[in-house]
Amino acid sequence: MNKIKGYLSLFLTMLKIGLFTFGGGYAMIALLENEFVEKKKWLEKDEFLDVAAIAESTPGPIAINAATYIGYKNTGMIGSMIATLGICIPSFVIIYAISLFLDAFLSLTLVAYAFKGIQICVVYLILTAGLKMLKQMKKTAFNIIIISITLICMIVFSLFAVKFSTIFYILLSGACGVAVYLLGKIRKEKKQ
Amino acid sequence: MIYLELFLTFLQIGAFSFGGGYGMISLIREKVLMHGWLTEEELLNMIAVAESTPGPIAVNMATFVGSSQGGFLGAILATLGVVLPSFIIILIIAALIRNFMKYAGVKAFLGGIRPCVVGLILATAITMFMSTVIRFSSIGDTLAIDFNGIIIFAILIATTVVAKLAFKKKPTPILMILISAGLGMLMYSL
Repeated sequence: MNKIKGYLSLFLTMLKIGLFTFGGGYAMIALLENEFVEKKKWLEKDEFLDVAAIAESTPGPIAINAATYIGYKNTGMIGSMIATLGICIPSFVIIYAISLFLDAFLSLTLVAYAFKGIQICVVYLILTAGLKMLKQMKKTAFNIIIISITLICMIVFSLFAVKFSTIFYILLSGACGVAVYLLGKIRKEKKQ
Repeated sequence: MIYLELFLTFLQIGAFSFGGGYGMISLIREKVLMHGWLTEEELLNMIAVAESTPGPIAVNMATFVGSSQGGFLGAILATLGVVLPSFIIILIIAALIRNFMKYAGVKAFLGGIRPCVVGLILATAITMFMSTVIRFSSIGDTLAIDFNGIIIFAILIATTVVAKLAFKKKPTPILMILISAGLGMLMYSL
């Protein structure tokens, strides 16, 4: 009985977080911390920092990563399923409902005009998000080179309609990171 | 078969996009434009809807694209696809790998990916700007500048600057979306 109560509590907490966080990943990390470290004390502060770092470093939506991890730490495999399901359900229901009438809504002229403005705003929001990350990034030679090459290649390829998937940029950059690390290691060993 | 295609495409998005939210947009954009599931304008509308509703942006996008292409079952499969890689990877890390973040190889790989994600986000924003505001998305297109768009873009920059100076805070994305909706209605009706 206690077990079921635990599952239910985990599910309802994740459902609540899924329903009330706007603005995606990072906003959700703050809420998760508030719920699971401060209120419920299921996780230590240090442990949570680890969870947050892993969630941000692994592929996929940050909130899903964090929820899966917390659920697993809480009640194992079943806990991770319940947590992930709980955090997804609100998004799913809301967006599914919106998808049913969005086209009809957009066919109203004034709404279409509003969305033409909104489209510009989304481009602006993405650009400012990118610039903010650029500002926060350490300006090492390696980072500057990777950012410039990615930026230039992607724009030029898109202008000339060359197909080169985002996945390749990610994998190649990761490989560059590993290569630079290995070279540095070899050089160090030679010196010794 | 659309169901399989939706599932596999969003599985790839879930497995290969780093950095959460905006970091995932470049891969989502590539895939939905390639399959013709959304136009650039529809994609931007959808990002705005995802920003204004609760929940992770990638899950919102998967549900919407799935629903528009394959109804309820499509929405379920696309959402499942985008979540599954996260779920499996995290489960493996949580269950088996202690100190995952402390491995030098993992650190080096992530150190390569981080600047790449910044480049991807900036490039995505610039190509989106070119295709919506100046209608120049590939060589050979004739420029068709949307002056209303440029004015709205300038007003948004000015709003951010003024808010930062006056309140020492950046306006929230939802507020910016509301402002631009008003500007859109006003300027495109004239």
